[in-house]
Amino acid sequence: MSEATTAAKTNRLGLSKQEYRAAKSTLCPGCGHDAISSSIIEAAYDLGLEQFRVVKLSGIGCSSKTPAYFLGRSHGFNAVHGRMPSVATGVYAANRTLVPIGVSGDGDTASIGMGQFVHLVRRNVPVVYLIENNGVYGLTKGQFSATADVGSKQKGGRENELLPIDCCALAIELGCGFVARSFSGDPKQLRPILKAAFSHRGTAILDVISPCVTFANHEGSTKSYDHVKAKDDPLHEIGFVPHFEPMEPIEMAPGEVRDVAMPDGSHVTLKKLGEDYDPGDALGALRTLHESRAAGKLVTGILYLEPERRTFDEEYDLTEAPLSTLPPEIVRPGREVLDEIMAGLGAA
Amino acid sequence: MKPIVNDFSIQVATVNGSGSQTANTVLMRSLFQMGIPVSGKNLFPSNIAGLPTWFTIRASREGWVARKKEIDLLVAMNPETAADDARGMGPGTAIVWSDAIPKPSIPEDRIVYEVPFQKLVEAVCPDARLRKLVVNMIYVGVVAQILGVDLAEVEKALAQQLGAKKKVLELNRGAVRSGFEWAKENLEERDPYRVERMEATKGKILIDGNAAAALGAMFGGVTVVTWYPITPSSSLVESLIDYLEKHRIDPETGKKTFCVIQAEDEIAAIGVVLGAGWAGARSMTSTSGPGISLMTEFVGLGYYAEIPAVIWDVQRVGPSTGLPTRTSQGDVLKLATLSHGDTKHVVLFPASVRECFDFGIASFDLAERLQTPVFVASDLDLGMNVWMSDPFPYPETPIDRGKVLSAEELAKVKKFERYRDVDGDGIPYRTLPGTDHPAAGYFTRGSGHDEAARYTERPDDYVRNLDRLSRKYETARTLVPAPEVDPVRGAEVGILAYGTSHWAIEEAREQLRAEEGTKTSYLRVRALPFTAEVRAFVEAHERVYVVDQNRDAQMAALLALEVGSPLASRLRSVRHYNGLPVDARSITDAVLAAERKGVLVG
Repeated sequence: MSEATTAAKTNRLGLSKQEYRAAKSTLCPGCGHDAISSSIIEAAYDLGLEQFRVVKLSGIGCSSKTPAYFLGRSHGFNAVHGRMPSVATGVYAANRTLVPIGVSGDGDTASIGMGQFVHLVRRNVPVVYLIENNGVYGLTKGQFSATADVGSKQKGGRENELLPIDCCALAIELGCGFVARSFSGDPKQLRPILKAAFSHRGTAILDVISPCVTFANHEGSTKSYDHVKAKDDPLHEIGFVPHFEPMEPIEMAPGEVRDVAMPDGSHVTLKKLGEDYDPGDALGALRTLHESRAAGKLVTGILYLEPERRTFDEEYDLTEAPLSTLPPEIVRPGREVLDEIMAGLGAA
Repeated sequence: MKPIVNDFSIQVATVNGSGSQTANTVLMRSLFQMGIPVSGKNLFPSNIAGLPTWFTIRASREGWVARKKEIDLLVAMNPETAADDARGMGPGTAIVWSDAIPKPSIPEDRIVYEVPFQKLVEAVCPDARLRKLVVNMIYVGVVAQILGVDLAEVEKALAQQLGAKKKVLELNRGAVRSGFEWAKENLEERDPYRVERMEATKGKILIDGNAAAALGAMFGGVTVVTWYPITPSSSLVESLIDYLEKHRIDPETGKKTFCVIQAEDEIAAIGVVLGAGWAGARSMTSTSGPGISLMTEFVGLGYYAEIPAVIWDVQRVGPSTGLPTRTSQGDVLKLATLSHGDTKHVVLFPASVRECFDFGIASFDLAERLQTPVFVASDLDLGMNVWMSDPFPYPETPIDRGKVLSAEELAKVKKFERYRDVDGDGIPYRTLPGTDHPAAGYFTRGSGHDEAARYTERPDDYVRNLDRLSRKYETARTLVPAPEVDPVRGAEVGILAYGTSHWAIEEAREQLRAEEGTKTSYLRVRALPFTAEVRAFVEAHERVYVVDQNRDAQMAALLALEVGSPLASRLRSVRHYNGLPVDARSITDAVLAAERKGVLVG
């Protein structure tokens, strides 16, 4: 697409794609994470997300730097290592009208941040949670992370012997209502997944395999471009119809297509490939993950979808208006309340 | 024998989990209702049931509420500790002894009242399973009779404590009466301790510091609360939940105007608080020392990224697990600079339940005005014990949300830069996420940032930012609660303290004056950073005794840094750190010993 046509085109808010961009990336040229940032920009543009409602949250690591590289008008919060989930929980508790996107890495999530990741899912805080997964610690120059596969080799040749943690399987086990895996080099799949994730009302976990071009793109790394491209086994082709568009444009033929309605009125369509895959079946999803790993394959797509799970707002019975801006007369009870309490504590 | 009226300490020794807390509260309330100033200290083990526990009630016509070292009337209900407890009693004191416990040899000049508790409880409580609980009310009756407490007041206190549970109330009332009647008929009173009605508690309330802090938080407009259970802070948030559930439900929708999250650990607790504070909520957490240690990294982020947060530290004895159910002021130094790198925090030191309430409110105004985490350093003695107070007044100062730019205000300003010191007070302006203006967004980070919140590693950017944070801390000096000062003309000796030491110091100053003619001035620090009055106080006195409830003279160390040489040489340290609340006698003796030594040397 040429610059001219990009500039001319606008989305439903009348914004150009340019207006969804932000500072220039400082990551290594060719980094998978930058491709994910581009997909986020595309998805936000297509959906016509209002940037003032979006909050970009992250922990520490290469991945966690990326919120500075997309959606420049949104508020961003680069927190401490592994603790983005608690910050996201606080942000959402303070203002439930916000749309949080959390960017984490495999070290940030599966090692130092595992506890917070688990409890974010458990509380079903509405966050589009991306794990930009490359199996290595990039910023500290190439140590293995907890998602590195057995037998995967470091640049220096050292081999990982510990079992990897599969964040998708874990999220399904925890009851997460939206679990997907994708590949930074496959924007055609990643973008509709991102769009569907933004329509989900609870925690949406996206584990995106994102090769590290500097420390894990060599032969021997199981998260290199070549390796993932060879092993990628897409579950389905994914279409996403936002709720503001009419339903007609589903092009996939009936019979082969599974349509999932999201609570906000949008639809996710999954066109099955080889096998019949049901994203509403948690046990089936876990079986697929285990079988594909045993077969040395990497399944990608929406693994599990349960849009009706009880949300954070329901769980905590929050008032509609953001807590952050409730007026003083609501948050400070009246004089008579204090008088009554004091009377109850007196000698009587 | 000359009666001693309204001036004694009762200690009840029982077994943890035996339900004696209610009985002790009833006894204490009865005295309070008779107009006698009282204070209660619960000395409990880190245990659910089975270990020894003690409750002391002090009645003082002078109004002294600090712990008194000497016990005048012991109720020995715990066979395991009874011999030790009795050994601790001085000549002329009285002991209520359960006849089920083998009696050790007790000196003749201790007055022992043997009571057949088992027999009495069997008579009033047919259900054997309840006797362990009900027996406590029998000692309440016995003690009431010995001291001359009005039975009607005991029954009133009982009703208030047990509420509307009629059957329970009847059972317990029967037990109180049985103890009272038995004592009346069978005990020949030989001790001097008596109560008489006074008017000193009229209009006063009884409340523990944690509940008072919870009230402060609610009337301070808290909206997001997180916590991880830890003694002695848990009851702060538990009280807050009760108050919020009752008074902060939106009347129209029935929905909550608050969100209380029990976090997975203290790291998450502070993370939620910072996220919520950043997004504009009045958010707080409450913890104790171990939780503070865990929060360290996040608090540094809060300081450097400038995010409002309120953190209550109900201090207990450390280091490590320490004595988790005993009191201390051991976190002062840590709180002052919590984090790696250069940090200086705002810390408030409540001394009373009233200040728990006041600071519960003020901490939010300070945190939002200064855009920084604010600590409130309470302690177990204040938080978990019940204190007398005047009723808390309704807050008359409007809520201060600090420098927040709305979309309308953004439209009027020429330029918004998150960390620019526009007003010269070191406090920049912020916007909240969700503000519908193209210039509202900015990027918050714990890494180096310039005035426009952009990433930077430039040396001059870093220094400029850090110096502005120091400037902001100077502004904080003018906003935090000023010390309370009682200057005494001609006093060479100054006493400087903070927090709960206050109550023992009031009494110690009177002891010093009455016993030795030593005049003392007094300054009670209420916050960090120190305000101008603190230096002036040190300048005005030859010798300043700094009272710390910790081993390392933590406040004295901060003061020495603050006043520097040569003033720092005027500072003397008085320390108390055995886990019990400091008492007046310990302070008086320490000051006198140092003064005498000074005279000898001089």
